[in-house]
Amino acid sequence: MHELAITQSMFDIVLRQAEQAQAKKVTKINLVIGEMTGVVGESVQFYLDFLTRGTVAEGAVVSLTMMPPKAQCCNCKQTFELREFDWGCPKCKSNSVEIIAGKELFVESIEVT
Amino acid sequence: MEIKVLKDILGANEQIAGKNRELLEKNKVFCVNIMASPGAGKTSFVLQTIRVLKGNVRIGVIEGDISSSIDAETVAEEGVPVVQINTGGECHLEAVQIQNALNNLPLKDIDLLLIENVGNLVCPAEFNLGEHLKILIASVPEGDDKPFKYPLMFTTVDGLVLNKIDLLPYVKFNADAFTKTVKNINAKAEIFRVSCTTGDGVPEWAKWLKTRMKS
Repeated sequence: MHELAITQSMFDIVLRQAEQAQAKKVTKINLVIGEMTGVVGESVQFYLDFLTRGTVAEGAVVSLTMMPPKAQCCNCKQTFELREFDWGCPKCKSNSVEIIAGKELFVESIEVT
Repeated sequence: MEIKVLKDILGANEQIAGKNRELLEKNKVFCVNIMASPGAGKTSFVLQTIRVLKGNVRIGVIEGDISSSIDAETVAEEGVPVVQINTGGECHLEAVQIQNALNNLPLKDIDLLLIENVGNLVCPAEFNLGEHLKILIASVPEGDDKPFKYPLMFTTVDGLVLNKIDLLPYVKFNADAFTKTVKNINAKAEIFRVSCTTGDGVPEWAKWLKTRMKS
């Protein structure tokens, strides 16, 4: 459900950028989303289609780059992708880890004509 | 033509959250955002906190729910100022709603503002409100595997309250394993074992909260 709020904020950013660039049409929106945010791409596209009606971004396609959750071991500094139900360091087996990727949520770029 | 944007999608919310924080600090109000799944005991926890601190801390409450004012009415019986926010379907509170609520609270007469977020372990983790502390309540019947299932929430919070510890003898829940998992993914989180039914653990939480309010 939070996709509506997220899509609305994203749409505001996109419209402002398109206006600044004096774009006639926004064709594509490139997003970077961390898998830990739980944002569902299909929902974002669904709300975007609704929100962009009658605007320069009508018909724009959302492209998602999903960032897998990554951690760094606090003990040996090894970085690794988090696996489900096992967050231990694969190298030194320490369980003390810090999340370093997977929480991203930003508009990387837009494609305009 | 491609235009580089590199803008945080939640930047607008962050901006308002920053304004909320300024307003709170101007009025010397310490603000706690309480998050949990539905039924974990958020309202009971708010009530227990009020009962333990009433007398030496002036408390205000913001209640967030999709609909109804049941929680606000319950809290108001404790004689503290309370504002109910109905999100009308949205599954979390956003900074702009808190901004409106702050305008309807006597901030000069409040030392501690407790915000009870909408019951949900996903979306509230994304939206900063301007609070000083984020607290998560997990309860024993929910199971000890929740940190793995809702990692963003569990890694975001400053404090974790394990509620309903009075049910530990009846439920398959490994409290030590749970605590260890949480500590591994969020070393900064302070953990409290509490029962809002018996009141166990609430004074320890209240003591910690008071230290945080002073720092």
